[in-house]
Amino acid sequence: MTFRDLLICFNGLLQRELLRFIHQRSRFFSALVRPLLWLVVFASGFRAALGIAIIEPYETYITYEVYIVPGLCAMIILFNGMQSSLSMVYDREMGSMRVLLISPMPRPFLLLAKLLATSLVSLLQVYGFLLIAWCWGVEAPLWGYLTALPAFLMVAMMLSAIGLFISAKIKQLENFAGVMNFVIFPMFFLSSALYPLWKMREANEWLYWVCAWNPFTHGVELIRFALYQQWHSEALIIVCLVTLVASVLAVTGFQPQQGMGKRSR
Amino acid sequence: MSIDIRNLSFSYGSLLALEDINLTLQEGRFNALLGPNGAGKSTLFALLTRLYALQSGDISIAGHSIAQHPAQVMRKLGVVFQQSTLDLDLTVAQNLYYHAALHGMSKRQARPRISEQLARFDLQDRLDEKVRHLNGGHRRRVEIARALLHKPEILLLDEPSVGLDPATRESLNQHIRQLCQTEQLTAFWATHLMEEVQSDDLVTILFKGKVLASDTAAQLCQQHRCADISSLFRSLTGVTE
Repeated sequence: MTFRDLLICFNGLLQRELLRFIHQRSRFFSALVRPLLWLVVFASGFRAALGIAIIEPYETYITYEVYIVPGLCAMIILFNGMQSSLSMVYDREMGSMRVLLISPMPRPFLLLAKLLATSLVSLLQVYGFLLIAWCWGVEAPLWGYLTALPAFLMVAMMLSAIGLFISAKIKQLENFAGVMNFVIFPMFFLSSALYPLWKMREANEWLYWVCAWNPFTHGVELIRFALYQQWHSEALIIVCLVTLVASVLAVTGFQPQQGMGKRSR
Repeated sequence: MSIDIRNLSFSYGSLLALEDINLTLQEGRFNALLGPNGAGKSTLFALLTRLYALQSGDISIAGHSIAQHPAQVMRKLGVVFQQSTLDLDLTVAQNLYYHAALHGMSKRQARPRISEQLARFDLQDRLDEKVRHLNGGHRRRVEIARALLHKPEILLLDEPSVGLDPATRESLNQHIRQLCQTEQLTAFWATHLMEEVQSDDLVTILFKGKVLASDTAAQLCQQHRCADISSLFRSLTGVTE
């Protein structure tokens, strides 16, 4: 097993994910509808009710639309990450996981390479959304779109690894509705995606602490700061640590028979 | 190059799916695994392909234990699963290049092998066709071509003829036999159809997770005084086809 073999394998995985993405354009557009509804409808309605004071990394007063764009980017990544991780455990993609797992490459590499490939593809959706948001008048600094790229990727890896871990460990979450109710929505709403944490603290101290402990919050903040070309060391460290721990747990806890045993004997 | 299975047992919770399986395949031959639905064939294949982790017993391929040297073992295995694992939205070429990459083959390395395999299966004109547009027989052939792409020495086929018409089934079966002869390929073909087994094949009869008999079909028929493999199967299992 050489480094070249691993590189070829990863390249093959990435190309396949890209081809699937191209072939499923309708999925791409429908995945954009959700964040756009939040941006265009929800944010417009809330703009009047919720004023955002000057907070880092913003240098001036901002509209609510500007505030929620990083959170909506993270939401796209969250949905994609959970969906692809769930399909990895439950073999929803026409047995493609079987093809992957009979490769002679080390299994931890295969799983992490697949997570990375799907994460890279989900960035295309994020940038598609940012382009529409830009047309809608929500602009970040031009270089910010580039500096946010590694942040998007790291958050995508973190959320996919968490997704793989919980899909493998919690049998009750075998369908997407379960993941949506018990993972995606709590993660999204109990974070700084839709409201700054100090607002949450004013409302409820307990909820504030739940939000502050939510890794998704740190993912959103990492993206928010990177989009405005600023470091957020605390968020960076937390995202890196959570990614590392979740990846190790996901890879060691992965059992293909969990999803396949029910199908064939 | 052979497969050696020793004291293999596997259970789904409290349900015992395989019980103390011992089996050695014949090298360069067509080995048939015969059993009705639910006998444990797919479980055995899942263990052979590392989709399931071993619970007890061991499987070694060419002397390498599957648990200790998975990479060496997987390089030597080609697998055709019962359910199609081709990506329907991708072309034949895209599916094959993907498999090649998973085995560490670059496009340049894979290209001549893909041409060779597709020509062997008379599919060279279908290279750029989407798998969705192929019929069941062609899809199966693409899957076998894919399984042979990395030049494995052992080919595992889990009920590869399911869903195919009798003529296609027969031609697929003959094709694999030909590969065993010309390429010294060891084939392990799981089926519940007696007509896919010939008298000189090594046959293993699996029933309710246990190996009931394992020898050449002719020997088994002689030992049990049965006229053919169908009556042998009936007499051992009590199951009619």
